[in-house]
Amino acid sequence: MANQQTKTIVVTRFDPDVDEVPKTQEYEIPVEADWKVLDALNYIKDHVDPTLSHRWSCRMAVCGSCGMNVNGVPKLTCKQALSDYGDRVEVQPLANFPVVRDLVVEVDGFMEKFKKVKPWIIEAKEAAVTEGTNRQSHAELMDFKQFSMCINCMLCYSACPVVSNEPDFLGPAAIALGHRYNQDTRDHGSAERNEIFRDDGGVFSCSYANECAEVCPKSVDPSGGIQQAKLNNVLDWAQGFVVRRGEN
Amino acid sequence: MVDVVRHDVVIVGGGGAGLRAAIAVVEADPTASVALVSKVYPMRSHTVSAEGGAAAVARADDSLEMHGYDTVKGSDFLGDQDVIQYFVEEAPKELSQLERWGCPFSRNEDGTVSTRAFGGMTTKRTWYATDKIGFHMLHALFQTSMKYDNIVRLDEHFVTKLLVEDGQCGGVAALDVRTGEMKAILGRSVILCTGGGGKVWPFTTNGNIKTGDGMALAYREGVPLKDMEFVQYHPTGLPGTGILITEATRGEGGYLINSEGERFLTTRDYGVGTKAELGPRDMISRAIMLEVRAGRGIKVPGKVGEYAHLDLRHLGEEIIDSRLPFVRELSRTYANVDPVHEPIPIRPVLHYMMGGVDVDIDGKANLDGLYAAGETACVSLNGANRLGSNSLTECLVFGARAGQHAIAQSKDTSEIAESKLVAQADAEGGRIADLRGKKAGSETISGVRETLNDIMEEGTGVYRDQTRMAKAVTDLAALRARYDAISLSDTSKVFNTEILAMMELRNLLDVAETVATGAVNRKESRGAHACEDFPDRDDENYLHHSLVYREESGTRFDTKPVTLGKWEPVLRSY
Ligand SMILES: Cc1cc2nc3c(=O)[nH]c(=O)nc-3n(C[C@H](O)[C@H](O)[C@H](O)COP(=O)(O)OP(=O)(O)OC[C@H]3O[C@@H](n4cnc5c(N)ncnc54)[C@H](O)[C@@H]3O)c2cc1C
Ligand code: SF4
Ligand code: FES
Repeated sequence: MANQQTKTIVVTRFDPDVDEVPKTQEYEIPVEADWKVLDALNYIKDHVDPTLSHRWSCRMAVCGSCGMNVNGVPKLTCKQALSDYGDRVEVQPLANFPVVRDLVVEVDGFMEKFKKVKPWIIEAKEAAVTEGTNRQSHAELMDFKQFSMCINCMLCYSACPVVSNEPDFLGPAAIALGHRYNQDTRDHGSAERNEIFRDDGGVFSCSYANECAEVCPKSVDPSGGIQQAKLNNVLDWAQGFVVRRGEN
Repeated sequence: MVDVVRHDVVIVGGGGAGLRAAIAVVEADPTASVALVSKVYPMRSHTVSAEGGAAAVARADDSLEMHGYDTVKGSDFLGDQDVIQYFVEEAPKELSQLERWGCPFSRNEDGTVSTRAFGGMTTKRTWYATDKIGFHMLHALFQTSMKYDNIVRLDEHFVTKLLVEDGQCGGVAALDVRTGEMKAILGRSVILCTGGGGKVWPFTTNGNIKTGDGMALAYREGVPLKDMEFVQYHPTGLPGTGILITEATRGEGGYLINSEGERFLTTRDYGVGTKAELGPRDMISRAIMLEVRAGRGIKVPGKVGEYAHLDLRHLGEEIIDSRLPFVRELSRTYANVDPVHEPIPIRPVLHYMMGGVDVDIDGKANLDGLYAAGETACVSLNGANRLGSNSLTECLVFGARAGQHAIAQSKDTSEIAESKLVAQADAEGGRIADLRGKKAGSETISGVRETLNDIMEEGTGVYRDQTRMAKAVTDLAALRARYDAISLSDTSKVFNTEILAMMELRNLLDVAETVATGAVNRKESRGAHACEDFPDRDDENYLHHSLVYREESGTRFDTKPVTLGKWEPVLRSY
């Protein structure tokens, strides 16, 4: 084919059964003009080296499985065009996570951070389903909608300088998610969540590097969410202070 | 010996159906413990990809009766009417519950949940969240499930076998992908919520994980699969990748156009009447195929074949951005087309399996202790053709019901001999250990998978005939030998995705066998099963469900009656 081209894909390999440290392996493969980075990895897996391990499923940028560092920058590999790069493309596992094998990183720690922010509707009182649905205006929906768009791809953790220094930092996605529930008119749990946010590893650990917002493939703007959450906490705390003084 | 874990109910699958079932169990019995076993982290489940919406009666101009009849007619009278009745009654309650759990539904001016038009539905009853309902539903359910400590997740555990002793299912054998160790996960009842198997076909909207595992697991234990010949081709997938462009594009007013610039669903008779682009999927997919055959397809160079255009330009940028932003993102990223300015190339693409594990209205399969819900089950809601937006609601309604029944039954089940179940899991662990890096012949996983895909596209496409279906049956049988001759290279225990692909391929082969067997045995055209040599529906001989069993001697075909009710079968036209 006329537009047939080749590229060298440089992949980080690591098998804890045999390797002490990660190594790299190069694959020179034919590529198509419309390929994403993921297509190259799948080509290697199917036709060159079936021992390569990587995660993927939806191949439409919504399941969040396929995040990796491509030429050093966190990317969703099913969305990132291969043609944006030159003849050599380096694919590494996401940074700031322990590596399980090859391009697969450990996710459990991330999931635990999620659970910490209580990502569910906390109701003032339990309502029966027969009461039907809540009303919510479009404007109220827009107050949190953006923060509900996170696909848990973890790119922001790979980019965040604070996560890399302070592994207990809740991190961009988890804080944005907690903030999403705080902003939802149906929820009454912000006092509980703000306590968690004010704790060690909470919102005040963020140094506003803004890297997370830049790499986010879904325009969640977790950084913006963190700044809003900080502000709400300062206000909350100030209000609490006034109330406590008033009680004396 | 393998690790043994014990729970009251074991749920396989963390998509819409599995999560809903898990919550139902712990709400029915707060002391119960649930194992939620999933081969991927739950939020990666393919429910995440659903775009259009979920159906339930919500408006004053609608009624349960209308939703019921639309579903019966959409099913080409092969849906069970008692199931459909229960479904339409529960649907509004389940979607209201989902709203209360935080799903960010799109809203009307007055703050109530907004509904949109969908194919085959007489009025607007599809609840939506712009064009990402599946994503929002899945995340709302997953996040809600985190508040229950007695839902114990076993993420990235791949179930390879049901543990069955004395005619009773008592758990599953699962490979911990991370460590490569086998576990026996025991419970008094097991609910399969493993989704569909679109990867049987080459060109599909389904993700990589949709390999029909639960159907194959049940089938291998002698449990029948029902109505497997009915598979839905969605009219609008992107050529090449198969990525879905939602029916909501037509719900919002999009047109289908041929190479002559003609809106063919309005100018020619394809049986959809005034519904035009909002006709049911089986009919519209056939219409596109016939347009291509008549020489009115749009040609492109390369390997993707001919297609039609989906034109949204007249909707304008504002509607597209506020109601269909994901469609715009997908079209730009994966087809290099901006729907605000250009029509989107589309063609019919394998999307959904109406068939599945034969279950009753409680989700119970033909094996004590085994339940199934969601796309992997066939409760006979969808019959011969599913209406778009009914299946997410199905996951909720029947996921909840299966969960409630599974926990109730698990209390009155007697103890099964645990040691025998554990021994089975142990043997399964040995089998998998032997498979790692196994050298057989010169075949590869991808080679066998490609042949399987070709056989099924040729034999069980939008249009079918006896010769091609029969050939699929024989070719599939022959492909088994090639499967056995596959050599593997990965000997590592840790995150060995080659071995997973090998087991998934076996599941795909089993599922394909039941689809082809169901198809040759149905000599009529009904819903999505369009036989060119038997173009009419034949109620006298084929108003029944198909059942396919695996037995020692091979496959066995059987039938069972459809549950009719107040709606007598009539000719299906719109
Ligand atoms: C692109 C697309 C768009 C759609 N849009 C709509 C829509 O708008 N409206 C609508 O109603 N329907 C829609 N559908 C259909 C609907 O989304 C699916 O039918 C439904 O989500 C299936 O849910 P499920 O819970 O049954 O399975 P899934 O969500 O597929 O989940 C299956 C689960 O089982 C687990 N699993 C599978 N095998 C194993 C194994 N061996 N071991 C352990 N775990 C396993 C997986 O990890 C996963 O967690 C759409 C489908 C697609 C593909
Ligand atoms: S906030 Fe963005 S980058 Fe971070 S996990 Fe969510 S989608 Fe990914
Ligand atoms: S494969 Fe799902 S986000 Fe890339």
